[in-house]
Amino acid sequence: MKFLEYQAKDIFRQFGIHTPVEKLATTWEEAVQNALEIGYPCVLKAQVPVGGRGKAGGIKVANNETELREYYSKIHGMYIKDCLVTKILISQVIRITNEIYLSVTLDRNTRKPMFILSASGGMDIEEISRTHPEKILRFDYDLLIGLKDYQLKNQYKKLLQSLSIEKAPSYDSFKTLLRQLIRIYFDLDASLVEINPLTILDGSWMALDAKIVVDDNAAFLHPDLITITEGNNVETKQETMAREANLTYISLQGDIACIVNGAGLAMATMDVIKHYGGEPANFLDIGGSSNPQKMVNALRIIHSNEKTKAILINIFGGITRCDDIANGLKMALDTIQLRIPISVRLVGTNEKEAKNILSTIGITAFSDMDEAVRHAIQLTVGGK
Amino acid sequence: MSIIIDQNTRVIVQGITGRDGAFHTQMMLQYGTKIVAGVTPGKGGSTIEGVPVFDSVEEAKKKTDANASVIYVPEKFAMDAIIEAVDSKLDLVVCITEGIPINQMIFVYQYLQGKKTRLIGPNCPGLISPGKSKIGIMPGQIFKPGHVGVVSKSGTLTYEVVYQLTNNGFGESTCIGIGGDPIIGTNFIDVLSLFEKDPDTESIVLIGEIGGEAEEQAADFISQHVTKKVVTFIAGRTAPPEKRMGHAGAIISNGKGTAEGKVAAFEAVGVPVAKLPSHIPGLLRCK
Repeated sequence: MKFLEYQAKDIFRQFGIHTPVEKLATTWEEAVQNALEIGYPCVLKAQVPVGGRGKAGGIKVANNETELREYYSKIHGMYIKDCLVTKILISQVIRITNEIYLSVTLDRNTRKPMFILSASGGMDIEEISRTHPEKILRFDYDLLIGLKDYQLKNQYKKLLQSLSIEKAPSYDSFKTLLRQLIRIYFDLDASLVEINPLTILDGSWMALDAKIVVDDNAAFLHPDLITITEGNNVETKQETMAREANLTYISLQGDIACIVNGAGLAMATMDVIKHYGGEPANFLDIGGSSNPQKMVNALRIIHSNEKTKAILINIFGGITRCDDIANGLKMALDTIQLRIPISVRLVGTNEKEAKNILSTIGITAFSDMDEAVRHAIQLTVGGK
Repeated sequence: MSIIIDQNTRVIVQGITGRDGAFHTQMMLQYGTKIVAGVTPGKGGSTIEGVPVFDSVEEAKKKTDANASVIYVPEKFAMDAIIEAVDSKLDLVVCITEGIPINQMIFVYQYLQGKKTRLIGPNCPGLISPGKSKIGIMPGQIFKPGHVGVVSKSGTLTYEVVYQLTNNGFGESTCIGIGGDPIIGTNFIDVLSLFEKDPDTESIVLIGEIGGEAEEQAADFISQHVTKKVVTFIAGRTAPPEKRMGHAGAIISNGKGTAEGKVAAFEAVGVPVAKLPSHIPGLLRCK
């Protein structure tokens, strides 16, 4: 679950983190009204769940209503990395002297939350982490002790040395800021809480941007957050259909649609297709413990993708029973008039029953994955 | 020999009355696993597949002398089920459940430190010592007793590889699915060191995937501590960046966790990486 900037900043303010004065506009009338309240110059910021907004022209400073109109009409309705901009945040202009990067995320090596801090924040933070890794400070959050003063004082000192400021915020306020971030991280079950850039204004910390990503596994703990973020998904039509049917689907560029059980096998199936010269159209994991309806849904989803020329079904039964898959396929083929050929591979739990079911509808299933993949690739060539 | 489980492992099924729990209890019993008890709070006193059901793990352990458990409970209750198994001082708890919040696993992992219980998973297919015992959801019929140790982040991809091994005359000492989540109880290195010590394991197959650095760390460990032949396969060479490929941990993030990086790490220490799962048996045969 990804938050848009304005939604993440609402959370920040609830937890006591300062942000500029700002207000969301979805219409021109709201934009003018917000700008009047905030005062000129003001910043227009496209609200999209992807990075690179500034470089794409999605952030502009307007000095008066004429400029506001010009930029509003440019940004509203533009696409940034396939995301249509319909929401624009109108924000107070803050004179930036420093751009600091601060975030908390999971450190997979220590299995603890980790703070990442750098005096060289802003748009090029990823570049800096590659070229000047020494400019990025990383330290874990200890689950028993919490924030460690001796460590934090050191980080605070290093940070201030790298900044050019007249009035430095106190160490206590620095610690408070980190505490606010870690509280957001745990209270929301986030996988990332990020401020980039963080700046200093009159001796206080201020978040000029905000990013919060919540762990999808924790969605059941936060029904309220699902409501807030549900419009933020950047999805293809098939990805939306799959999410609604509770299937994991990722759109790719090729023409061989795949239905596979298990994420690892689904990835490997894509790799095998590519190895033999084909191109996968998608990643689709129908998961374990499947009931026949899942197969019906899966076929409907991949069939709605007009680019596909063949379907490859690759099932290795463990928790998934092959006969459930075969019954589902039979049900699906009764209701969907397939326009493209199909190659099926089934092995594992209840394999014999499954093959018997499929033979009644004229499908011979392969036992070997490579054979089934090569057959699917031949089918795409035959269809041209 | 085998590692972690054998014919003497006595297993409790947590969540035995659910659809998956009941089905796989039947499958494990058919395989010969010693399933001695089931636990579902509030359903103590009944039986499933002839297995007595208890209200708590502690009671089940006391009455049946169990030393391991396997968890099939839904993600909402899985953390508590793991903690209950750890508090009951079982040697082993295998968590099949997928979808446990990562922040819950941060605390579970900390809780496990210094305790005697080994956690395998979560979000894993379990493990099997062919001919002796299986705990989890793997289809028993594809495995054969033998001398290849298999360790993998995946479920069905592991079956695929084992199927290839069996068709080529290999068998397995033990096969372990460690799980596809960012935080898991037992990692590649833990299993590699057990296989290295196990006299019955002659060679090792490691199946990794994109995301994290576990494969790179395994490559480093192999170069220093493993004398046995290791062959690997890495899933996700064609996976796009910044997309979670089903498993919560399978994501290329900020250019990190790519298949290329993992392949390079293994090749740098002389560990062959199969391009296809079907190439693994051939690589195992190479001297």
